Amino acid sequence: MPKSLFDKIWEAHEVADSLLYIDLHLVHEVTSPQAFESLRLAGRTVRRPDRTLATADHNVPTDGSKVAAQIADQLSRVQVETLERNCAEFGVPVHSIGSARQGIVHVIGPEMGVTQPGMTIVCGDSHTSTHGAFGAIAFGIGTSEVEHVLATQTLQQRKPKSMLIRYEGALGYGVTAKDLILGTIGRIGVDGGVGHVIEYSGPPIEGLSMEGRMTVCNMTIEGGGRAGMIAPDDTTFEWVEGREAAPDPLPVDEWRKLRSEEGAVFDKEVVIDASALSPQVTWGTTPSMVTDVTSSVPDPASEGDERALEYMALEPGTPVQDIRLDRVFIGSCTNSRIGDLREAAEVVRGRRVAASVGAMVVPGSQQVAAQAEREGLDRVFREAGFDWRSAGCSMCLGMNPDTLAPGERCASTSNRNFEGRQGRGGRTHLVSPKMAAAAAVEGHFVDIRDWSS
Amino acid sequence: MDAIRVIEGAVSVLDRADVDTDQIIPKQFLKRVERTGFGEFLFYDWAKEPGWSLEAAPILAAGRNFGCGSSREHAPWALEDYGFKAIVAPSFADIFFSNCTKIGLLPVVLSEDEVRGVMAAGRARIDLESQTVTYWNAKDSTSLPNPSRDAKDSASLPNPSRGACGESTATFEIDQEIKRRLLNGLDDIGVTLQSADAIAAYERDRERAGPVTVGR
Repeated sequence: MPKSLFDKIWEAHEVADSLLYIDLHLVHEVTSPQAFESLRLAGRTVRRPDRTLATADHNVPTDGSKVAAQIADQLSRVQVETLERNCAEFGVPVHSIGSARQGIVHVIGPEMGVTQPGMTIVCGDSHTSTHGAFGAIAFGIGTSEVEHVLATQTLQQRKPKSMLIRYEGALGYGVTAKDLILGTIGRIGVDGGVGHVIEYSGPPIEGLSMEGRMTVCNMTIEGGGRAGMIAPDDTTFEWVEGREAAPDPLPVDEWRKLRSEEGAVFDKEVVIDASALSPQVTWGTTPSMVTDVTSSVPDPASEGDERALEYMALEPGTPVQDIRLDRVFIGSCTNSRIGDLREAAEVVRGRRVAASVGAMVVPGSQQVAAQAEREGLDRVFREAGFDWRSAGCSMCLGMNPDTLAPGERCASTSNRNFEGRQGRGGRTHLVSPKMAAAAAVEGHFVDIRDWSS
Repeated sequence: MDAIRVIEGAVSVLDRADVDTDQIIPKQFLKRVERTGFGEFLFYDWAKEPGWSLEAAPILAAGRNFGCGSSREHAPWALEDYGFKAIVAPSFADIFFSNCTKIGLLPVVLSEDEVRGVMAAGRARIDLESQTVTYWNAKDSTSLPNPSRDAKDSASLPNPSRGACGESTATFEIDQEIKRRLLNGLDDIGVTLQSADAIAAYERDRERAGPVTVGR
């Protein structure tokens, strides 16, 4: 029977029935302390420190602090220091605050080259699905499973179902990977992928950069998917080649076999016409509450919609482009890579952030920040009135001091518009980096396609 | 983890769909490095809304796609610490479901109509061994049912077998391996380490090359 990409990687990692070997375990400070503590209490060790990599990202301030001792928030400081201490005790390599390799865990894995095609990758974070962009099975786990992987390098997993989302047509001008995945979640719903590993395919996917593919796979979890994945191709190989942990030479012949065979069967298939998509803006409190930038806030279709509109303080029928903003956040594991920052910088170059808007850019990693600074992107943002910060998860979830005040409305390149996600009472609209940049300049949403020149 | 067989008692109701883990336990409480003490922060922001009420009870009945979003196991920890031992919903997000089973908080999937029945009953008995949920509609036994409502109910409740005094029993599916672990209160890592030889053999014969994270 023809095999899917998912089947091939799964079978290559089955140690025993429903026991999956894990090639790479990424660790961060929030979901690991209790796992290390349990290991310690049970007298267990980390089985494969050489397949484990840690960083501090959720809690770190983005003010350029160089050591954990500088973190003002005591609980955050303790959590980062605990990570550093645990990693030292158990021999796990860690790139904590101050390291030139520190950054959002889903940004540094790929950029160091430890994320590779054909792998199984887990992390105590739901956006681990990001790494599937390289043709890997990558998914988020909880702290008990973090402990399990640390101790055994395996996970007990029933094989999930499979789903194929095949895109046709081509993305229009100004329509990005972010719009593609937001539009997809709008179509399938926030639980459309529950229980399934989703493979994304078709010419619009093949045409995406690795950054774009990571954006798509990243938000798989917002559609409920267990993992998202894309078959590796020349775009993938070129991106991985030469990175510090990448094999030399790349096993390209092996990696080329990582594709779904003709006739492979999926439990569910969805076809989406990419050419019909416009830039997307979320209006509610789940990522599936999304519409075209040319559209209006819809009439509520359920109690949940009514609640969302009330929370967001939006009237049905309001044109999306009339929604005024207080804040703009460009960052997060969804959209903080160099390609994302280049796109946003192009939009703001020579322009000014609206006086009523506070706008910030948070690079996904220290390496992204350094690259952006080499290219002068930091100056472009600063001259436009953006706050240029250091790397971390920042206002995607506001565990550090970067938060929305109650009632503030934000255009955000992050992945969740849940109630209070960016700060209690804060109102989040998810958009692409280009759309966020343009909204910062105008103080309200604009159709980026109108800015063609 | 304590073994689970029967969970019986009052049902608390949270009749909302797509309840995300950011609501269950907001981010500011994820900074703790302990596993305990999260219950007092459960639904921290929603609990401030007028009219909010969520009694601590053995069973929580909730809307579909419960526990979506972040993988934070702090969400099940908070629910368990608050007093819940089982959650009944039409569907759960994958990571949340898995996290619950790891700590012995039993997630039970029933149909929308059956969950409505459990919500209305206010009391239920979950038997993991027989994979059944029994619930009693208190209203049935104390007042005459409204005929039109009753007709609607019976039309929309095709599955549960209805016994005397408004007793209904619904069955649920659960992965048999998860069931075995929960029934016996087994330690997952201990179970996996029984396969230590198979893991070592995999590493010897089949482990893929690299990457090496140490020393970088």
